[in-house]
Amino acid sequence: MLQRCEACGAFAYPAREACPSCLSPALAFADAPRLGTLLAETTARVPSDVYFRERAPWRIGLVKMDCGPTIVAHLHADCAEGAPVRMSLQLDKSGQAVAFARPEGETPNMADDRQWREMTADPKFRRVLVTNGRSVIGQEAVVALKAAGVKTVFVGVAEPWRPFAGEDQLRRQEGVEVVTLDAADEKSAADLAADIGGKVDILVNTTEYVRTGGLLDRKGTSIARDEIDQAYLGFINLAQAFGPAMRMRGADGINNSVAWVNILSVYALANWPAFGAYSASQAACLSLSHCLRAELRPGGIKVMNLFTGPVDTEWFQTVPPPKVAPRAIAQAIVSGLRGGLEEMYVGDVAEEIRQRLAANPKALERELDK
Amino acid sequence: MMKSQRTPYEGIVIAAPVTIPYVRYSIESAQWWIGRALGALVAQAGIKASDIDGLCVSSFTMGTDSGIGLTQHFGLCVRWLDTIPLGGASAIAGLRKAARAVQARDADIVACVAGDTNHVDSFRLTLENFSRFNQDAVYPYGAGGANASFALIARNYMRTFGVTREDVGRIAVAQRANALRNPHALMKAPLTLEQYLAARPISDPIHLFDCVMPCAGAEAFLVMREETAASLGLPAARLLSTIERHNAFADDPMQVRGGWAMDVGELYAMAGVKPDDLDVVQTYDDYPVITMMQFEDLGFCKKGEGAEFVRAHDLTIDGDFPHNTSGGQLSVGQAGAAGAYLGLVEGLRQVLGTAGPTQVSNARLGLASGFGMINYDRGLASGAAIFAGPSR
Ligand SMILES: [Zn+2]
Repeated sequence: MLQRCEACGAFAYPAREACPSCLSPALAFADAPRLGTLLAETTARVPSDVYFRERAPWRIGLVKMDCGPTIVAHLHADCAEGAPVRMSLQLDKSGQAVAFARPEGETPNMADDRQWREMTADPKFRRVLVTNGRSVIGQEAVVALKAAGVKTVFVGVAEPWRPFAGEDQLRRQEGVEVVTLDAADEKSAADLAADIGGKVDILVNTTEYVRTGGLLDRKGTSIARDEIDQAYLGFINLAQAFGPAMRMRGADGINNSVAWVNILSVYALANWPAFGAYSASQAACLSLSHCLRAELRPGGIKVMNLFTGPVDTEWFQTVPPPKVAPRAIAQAIVSGLRGGLEEMYVGDVAEEIRQRLAANPKALERELDK
Repeated sequence: MMKSQRTPYEGIVIAAPVTIPYVRYSIESAQWWIGRALGALVAQAGIKASDIDGLCVSSFTMGTDSGIGLTQHFGLCVRWLDTIPLGGASAIAGLRKAARAVQARDADIVACVAGDTNHVDSFRLTLENFSRFNQDAVYPYGAGGANASFALIARNYMRTFGVTREDVGRIAVAQRANALRNPHALMKAPLTLEQYLAARPISDPIHLFDCVMPCAGAEAFLVMREETAASLGLPAARLLSTIERHNAFADDPMQVRGGWAMDVGELYAMAGVKPDDLDVVQTYDDYPVITMMQFEDLGFCKKGEGAEFVRAHDLTIDGDFPHNTSGGQLSVGQAGAAGAYLGLVEGLRQVLGTAGPTQVSNARLGLASGFGMINYDRGLASGAAIFAGPSR
């Protein structure tokens, strides 16, 4: 994405208020061709910025884009002067979009580049805690993460002596360690953190607590209390137990602590009355995630929120398709971590709600009431 | 559109070059340094502060103060005032404006002054807040300022023209030799080419001795008409010619030349001299590779011949091409915006014959240049001035 002049078509960078070719003020962000040429590179050995000083030497370069502008960019180690590069915008540890240049074509072990790993949260070689192994989403997440090269997956299971579907397959996988965790229980979360808190590079919060119903069709607050206990207070327990250690380990070498993933209902963004109380509990979690993101930012830990529509599980049985397959969510977790994203929308329903919310939130509110 | 002929600087002179000796760190404010320089101007010129009726100020670290605040601060009552935020081009730009002001009699005596302090954290703060393009498109890359941006320019320039670190190092080494004769230079130890080459890398190909040391200090001079100087009995240098240019050669993908190259013909034509006639040259040396670029762009050799020029000449005070005779910013230190003034003020002392231990014998004709404002990927501002001592 670069600014493009609507009057003369010229691309501009860095962002500005008038076109440097024709002075038109009509500059809109548009998709820009991603190819360019690396003009010159340098390796900063004593950057003045504290963050980069801890990570020096750090390689940057000046890239002449085929579409015009020159861009200062972080460089993948395989980029060479005079050679074509492919540019992308990545979110750095402070959440700012920055330019990153990679070789034009694929090179061996491209994703293992040290600077690329700083920009992303690639799970390869890392240790991950998936908080709920009883759910299908949790189990699929374990499979996808293992396939992505995760070293160890800790899988939280409440009352692990109670058997559950998929248990055998879960336990059979190499590098998977089932641990006792009931996120809704403060002590359980704290106990587990005391045990493995220093080893969690990525935490995937797969807490699920879905019940139908809104306000008037329910009696009392007992179900709402459960929803809040499981999803919202569970989130708080996890954050307080694991957040501080993760924040401290943000610069901990190549396998540092990098990301926290939440799986949220897209109805956190716009209430769906058929699951109205559940939507509200998800909205609370979304708000909390922004707080967590701000508090983890000093450690360079990304918080990724993955929004889904109704998932193909028992709790959404009554809902007509399209529904999101748990496997698609698991794959989105991996691709979002690899891209270093802060937000992802999984499936058609989530994507549609994102677009309609941007276009006309009041219309969306009315239509969700059907 | 036809370009019109410029009015010559008939009868415009520069007097009372003043340097307040630099210190590495200062607990004083920029205002304190500027005040010292104003005081020294008045003392050296033998005038009263109330005789100054024009003020031109440059500083990065004045905080929320600007030139207008300084008038009250220092009890000056001026009828012409300017604040010039052009970094390394501030001295030339200030001189140009002041010259026209006194020529048109908007003022009789303009004090041009630059000063900056250097608290332990002020360099970082200046970097972070340097420019919006810099904040948006350079700072997040860890560069945080000039070293990495200049490293990219230097690397491209050196590769394009086959320049080695040894070539560039000759400039820094010669300046250090000059600095050893300047008691106010912050760098006091000799520097050999071997030491230069062995220095630790900062941002390849920039190594330690390619970088200036931020410090605190101030520089100043007075601009007036010839008859004013005569009535005060002040020795003064005549201003022969100036150029100034911003955002030149925007289509060059990377900077291999500055705006001087666009205006150099006019610089010498207006002064009525040739590059060979100059007795002393003071370039803007925030990095020696930028100085090499200026040797080319200011007409001492052709583009791409800078390395050869440096190999063929002795750049020290007693050499055949006396250059940055005080030691330059590389060896004296870079006192913020005063760094822009350092070369011009030293050049004025040279043609006035008052440079003391760094004096080039029989220096009569001088050139000083400025360069500044790495806004994003290149230095945007350039300027130069030619001036002559009373004996020429
Ligand atoms: Zn345009």
